[in-house]
Amino acid sequence: MPQPSDRLKKDFSRHFKERVIEAILFLAAFLSVFTTTAIVYILVKESWIFFQHVPLTDFLFDTQWTPLFDDAHYGIMVLLSGTITSSMVALLVAIPLGTIIAIYLSEFAPFSIREIAKPFLELLGGIPTIIYGYFALLFVTPLLQKVFPELPGFNLLSAGMVMGVMIIPYVASLSEDAMRAVPMALREGSYATGATRLQTALRVVVPAATSGIAAAYILGISRAVGETMILAVAAGMQPNLTFNPAEPGATITSFIVQVALGDLPHGSIGYQTIFAAGLTLMLLTLVFNLIGFYMRKKYREVY
Amino acid sequence: MNQQELQALRTMIVAHKRWDMMFGLLGILALMIALMTFTALFADMAINGLGRISWEFLTSFPSRRAANAGILSAWVGSVLVMLVTAVAAVPLGVAAGVYLEEYARKNWVTDIIEINVSNLAGVPSIIYGLLALGLFVYTFGLGQSILTAGLTLALLILPVVIVATREAIRSIPQIIREGAYACGATTWQVVSDHIVPYSSAGILTGVIIGMARAIGETAPIITVGALTFIAFLPPAPFTGEPPAGVFDWLFAPFTVMPIQMFNWTSRPEAAFLANAAAAGFILVLMTLAMNGLAIWLRYRLRKNINW
Repeated sequence: MPQPSDRLKKDFSRHFKERVIEAILFLAAFLSVFTTTAIVYILVKESWIFFQHVPLTDFLFDTQWTPLFDDAHYGIMVLLSGTITSSMVALLVAIPLGTIIAIYLSEFAPFSIREIAKPFLELLGGIPTIIYGYFALLFVTPLLQKVFPELPGFNLLSAGMVMGVMIIPYVASLSEDAMRAVPMALREGSYATGATRLQTALRVVVPAATSGIAAAYILGISRAVGETMILAVAAGMQPNLTFNPAEPGATITSFIVQVALGDLPHGSIGYQTIFAAGLTLMLLTLVFNLIGFYMRKKYREVY
Repeated sequence: MNQQELQALRTMIVAHKRWDMMFGLLGILALMIALMTFTALFADMAINGLGRISWEFLTSFPSRRAANAGILSAWVGSVLVMLVTAVAAVPLGVAAGVYLEEYARKNWVTDIIEINVSNLAGVPSIIYGLLALGLFVYTFGLGQSILTAGLTLALLILPVVIVATREAIRSIPQIIREGAYACGATTWQVVSDHIVPYSSAGILTGVIIGMARAIGETAPIITVGALTFIAFLPPAPFTGEPPAGVFDWLFAPFTVMPIQMFNWTSRPEAAFLANAAAAGFILVLMTLAMNGLAIWLRYRLRKNINW
């Protein structure tokens, strides 16, 4: 005869079902760890084979990048120079404009402008990068050629500039979030001493939001370094060891696209070069992400 | 305070006020640059591409002759890839988000998962392409197929879905959970009866933003090995060669909208560039519509919820 208290005992089937569901949900969450592991495993495995054919010193110090020629050279420096040059151009556009927009939206803009500008920036950030590539090649380059007639049809300059516009929304919206998180009391204190809006913004709010703004910049850098299609379309895909943005050039990412578009047999040395290039890119973005993480930790103001 | 000092003070205030106003103008100018770029991009594509958009353009295969070329295989491919992406990313992302918010204990395993999710959001998309090439195409043997592309994009947008799910769940007040637990509900009952339904609109917003990103992604799909010239459609269910299962289309070679556009952009002839503009215009409209829908949903949500 069942006691009334039996109903309150731990029900095995109910308990078991709960545990199974929790395990399934855990596996879904753990997929992210698996993905990271798989990325590292695939990149390292293929690069390992690559580095058995190509000494690391050649990879780092050779000044030519001709992996698909008979006389093959594997100097990653050549691709890195394209990546660095185009990213610099992009950051020269995105950081000043993004910061100004962020300060304006956070400290100056009336409510109505902010309500329109934020979704608009979000829309701008959602445009596919291939569209930006088309725009850089067929709109910005001809425009620049009117000013600099000797500019080649493919160049890092217009690709970098358009890439900068693409990054503005990321920099602006993250910096703005950081500035808005600064407590009102700090601003009120500043206003009470007679400071103007600009003085408050530049001397109180921006310093207080340094960590968040730095994180926004770092994210912008890592977007620029990893951006692919704008460069593949508008910068040409010729490896070129240069830091002059007015020249065409290949980046790590556009090289990967170029190889993937061709028909390289699985397991060939050409196939493995894209993984070695990918590993370099991954390490590069990892460094920036770590710097961002460290900065956020170090300069975090606790309110 | 004598008259002279007062005068000096006044000039200083006026000067600082002027700086204030100038910065306000600078802010508007910076916004205008972004706005003008957007307008120029949209207008350029409309001027060059609108003439090509017609029923034929939507229902023709790509062709060697620019005037006959269309985007049929591209948009069908995009729709099918998106279907796979949604089927894979939505359940996984929501499950992961629910786990992290409602189940996870505060320990090192949870920390590792959280670090991984935020780190994956910063990995360049082309790296996902390399992952897919090594893992899906050659290790799992899925080939350069719609399935591979869909799964790749699903991994790519997973962090977006997870973050959106977590934010939506976090906005549900604690009393809802406490009420349900007080009635004797298990964690799963709380999640399935309360947490997920109440956060569904927020989750949907995140899913739409993620899908809008996925539909425009080009680099990972090129790396996986999508073809740039496809003049046939994936087999419909039961019509494959030999006529077999419902899911033959999953393993078919394919192309997608951004790749078709890339292919046309890299040709020198002006006629193909017009095709690229037309395809780009449709692509921009699609992503704008999806992002706009998400923004509108979020706006509605913010207005209508009263706990």
